[in-house]
Amino acid sequence: MNLTLKIWRQKGANDKGKMVDYQITDVSPDMSFLEMLDVLNSELITKGDEPVAFDHDCREGICGMCSLYINGEAHGPDRGVTTCQLHMRKFKDGDTIYIEPFRAKAFPVIKDLVVDRSAFDRVQHAGGFVSVNTSGNTIDANAIPINKHDADTAFDAATCIGCGACVASCKNSSAMLFVSAKVSQFALLPQGQVEATDRVLNMVKQMDEEGFGNCTNTGACEVECPKGISLENIARMNREYLKASFKG
Amino acid sequence: MALDSKIPQGPLADKWTKHKNTINLVNPANKRLIDVIVVGTGLAGGSAAATLAELGYNVKAFCFQDSPRRAHSIAAQGGINAAKNYQGDGDSTYRLFYDTVKGGDYRSREANVYRLAEVSANIIDQCVAQGVPFARDYGGLLDNRSFGGVLVSRTFYAKGQTGQQLLLGAYSSMNRQIGRGKIKMYNRHEMLDVVVVDGKARGIIARNLVTGEIERHSAHAVVLGTGGYGNVFFLSTNAMGSNVTAAWKAHKRGAYFANPCYTQIHPTCIPVSGDHQSKLTLMSESLRNDGRIWVPKHKKDVEAIRNKTLKPTDLKEEERDYYLERRYPAFGNLVPRDVASRAAKERCDAGFGVNATGEAVYLDFASAIQRYGKEQAHVKGLNEDDAALVKKLGQEVVKNKYGNLFQMYEKIVDENPYETPMMIYPAVHYTMGGIWVDYNLQTTVPGLYAIGEANFSDHGANRLGASALMQGLADGYFVLPYTIGDYLANDIRTGPISTETKEFDEAENKVKDAINQLVNNNGTKPVDYFHKKLGKIMWNKCGMARNEKDLKSAIKEISELRAEFYKDVRVPGEANEFNEELAKAGRVADFLELGELFAKDALQREESAGGHFRDEYQTEEGEAMRRKEFQYVSAWEYKGEPKNAVLHKEDLIYENIEVKERSYK
Repeated sequence: MNLTLKIWRQKGANDKGKMVDYQITDVSPDMSFLEMLDVLNSELITKGDEPVAFDHDCREGICGMCSLYINGEAHGPDRGVTTCQLHMRKFKDGDTIYIEPFRAKAFPVIKDLVVDRSAFDRVQHAGGFVSVNTSGNTIDANAIPINKHDADTAFDAATCIGCGACVASCKNSSAMLFVSAKVSQFALLPQGQVEATDRVLNMVKQMDEEGFGNCTNTGACEVECPKGISLENIARMNREYLKASFKG
Repeated sequence: MALDSKIPQGPLADKWTKHKNTINLVNPANKRLIDVIVVGTGLAGGSAAATLAELGYNVKAFCFQDSPRRAHSIAAQGGINAAKNYQGDGDSTYRLFYDTVKGGDYRSREANVYRLAEVSANIIDQCVAQGVPFARDYGGLLDNRSFGGVLVSRTFYAKGQTGQQLLLGAYSSMNRQIGRGKIKMYNRHEMLDVVVVDGKARGIIARNLVTGEIERHSAHAVVLGTGGYGNVFFLSTNAMGSNVTAAWKAHKRGAYFANPCYTQIHPTCIPVSGDHQSKLTLMSESLRNDGRIWVPKHKKDVEAIRNKTLKPTDLKEEERDYYLERRYPAFGNLVPRDVASRAAKERCDAGFGVNATGEAVYLDFASAIQRYGKEQAHVKGLNEDDAALVKKLGQEVVKNKYGNLFQMYEKIVDENPYETPMMIYPAVHYTMGGIWVDYNLQTTVPGLYAIGEANFSDHGANRLGASALMQGLADGYFVLPYTIGDYLANDIRTGPISTETKEFDEAENKVKDAINQLVNNNGTKPVDYFHKKLGKIMWNKCGMARNEKDLKSAIKEISELRAEFYKDVRVPGEANEFNEELAKAGRVADFLELGELFAKDALQREESAGGHFRDEYQTEEGEAMRRKEFQYVSAWEYKGEPKNAVLHKEDLIYENIEVKERSYK
């Protein structure tokens, strides 16, 4: 396949960026999207140009490091995959593909397609944990049976990879899906109960301080989430928050 | 320097308890005066950083990714072993110890492995207390699955994302300490040297990957949890950024590198599709619980399948060769990884590979779907003879167990594995070799520790499935935090370590010189060109089977490639900016040295053991032939060029286990 790529280039955080056109030829449909960019970069380097900077690491859809807004969608046109799992067979010969960074006030651009998502880490520092020291003397793992449905629902929430697609897809740049996934995981498990009140209040406070927008229940986040994190988590977090506000 | 493994005296089962009771402790007030650097934030580094901070040390943690949660432990799928014996099937600490030593083909250290088995149960308790959502059965208790090379069900799991859930558990413990200010986290930082002052590790030189700035960081001890070096093969299941740089720099500063040739080639990966390939994707070994591995019995069927004139599902049972079940009736499809990988290679080399490149075998779920479907129909009181219904019910069960893996396969290969068998082929996955450490996990440089995959200690020549997560967390949560205290107890009066010393000057200048050399090289070829070339040499000559001739030529070729790299590599951009090509160039430069040492190690090991298979040393049946005179750890001392590395041997003594021919028949 031959393709036209329109890629966001931005030298540094304080520079002005712009879309730049590139032609790429002989793209195999079996390539992943990032492998296609590898080929482009290899050509650029050989020509003496600067390669396009983009984040990536595991290339199997689990580390959450890759991002990219492709043709107006976080992680591109396929569903249930990250950009590294998107394959070129989803495109046609002659296509023009727009490639931009995830855009949100809380995710400033570092270079080209690389953004700073450390706001997510800071929200987790505020309460995304159970306060248990490592001792080897905690109670036996089977001492508290947990209803399978609750355990499975907690697991589903915990599969969030922290990529930021929800924020990039949201017209308000809200991080509610991300934050609610963590709050839900602990809200559904007995281990999370003791700190439930502080957790939800502190995490939501930090989320607001980072400059993420509000949730208006549009649901784009759920559609674009590569891991299918459910909107129910947002509803659960709202209930937790309300409960905590009365208590708190 | 003679190697001292510092294994405590006394009976095997008492060593760890006795050791903990007799080593020095640092009192809580003094811990506040001590700084520890932890490099790498995977299961080993992340759990160590969190635990050291909980104890009261001041921790500085470093990772090259944009968040500690991205470390490649996250990609581990299948599970984590622990001798809990929840299934009542006869498991025990001793059995886990025994299986691990046997699985490692009698090339690991007894005392370390026993300790690993001993603390394994604590890991599960700890993780559940953190809120890790392991799979549970309908009674609400933890579920287990079985893994290759063992006869009990001791593997705890969270669907196919066990590594993710355990890493997020360690990450959450880190977050708690970051929030309290006890861990200072340095994301997007890469360690480029260890600073040794008066013979002790006292800090590191790191590059800020966003600004390109070279930074000095000091501490009373340095811990490396920087993972394995599988990417020396270019194509592996490791993440793109996984590298040997931290370990290699430590090696150059005096840490011996042990058993570099012990590499695990994982049997169930998605086959290579073309030259553009940047990495390989693993399909969890847990699939071998239900999947049956086969190739056609007859060459004519192989040809027809390759020409796409025959579908694998049309081949009758008697026309298929379930070669693992045929060769290893006792363990069948659940033989250890090295055995399964070599058996696949043997069939493909003999011309029975089922894809266009001839390097793929089938992993088939049709029998499992039938079995589960019938069971479900029976449970639900439905018609067990309704083939369509049975298939549907069976597929649902398989989907529940392996849904995410099947989805991943379909996305990559564009075939539906519920309907047609998966194609798999072995790929580089894990490195058992690593930095040599003693019982305390200390390297040959005092104050420098190595944990998790970065060290060599527990898996011998082959690692069993679901044991990497166990070792990473055992080292980080339960071993290092104790043993490091014994060393740090001597540092309570040392005070802060200054970074304004000649040792830091020297290390920083060395790092800057190396970077300047790369960015000013003005060659013609990108870094990947060299990395791919190195990978080809490694795979063809140091891969699943090795021989003297190939290894000697690999040593020569790698050394020549290294010279070409420094002559002709092109690194665009500047040193003082975000520059991924520069970071990659530094990593590949180190792989080009490690690769040669790897081949040299494989050459001197004139035996076959676990993941190291020498063509010259095999039994009549084609199995690995161990040799008593090689019952040692090879620990290499750096002396300039890899060809000058000096071999030190640590003899392995088995007092509690009888060294036997490893048999899975």
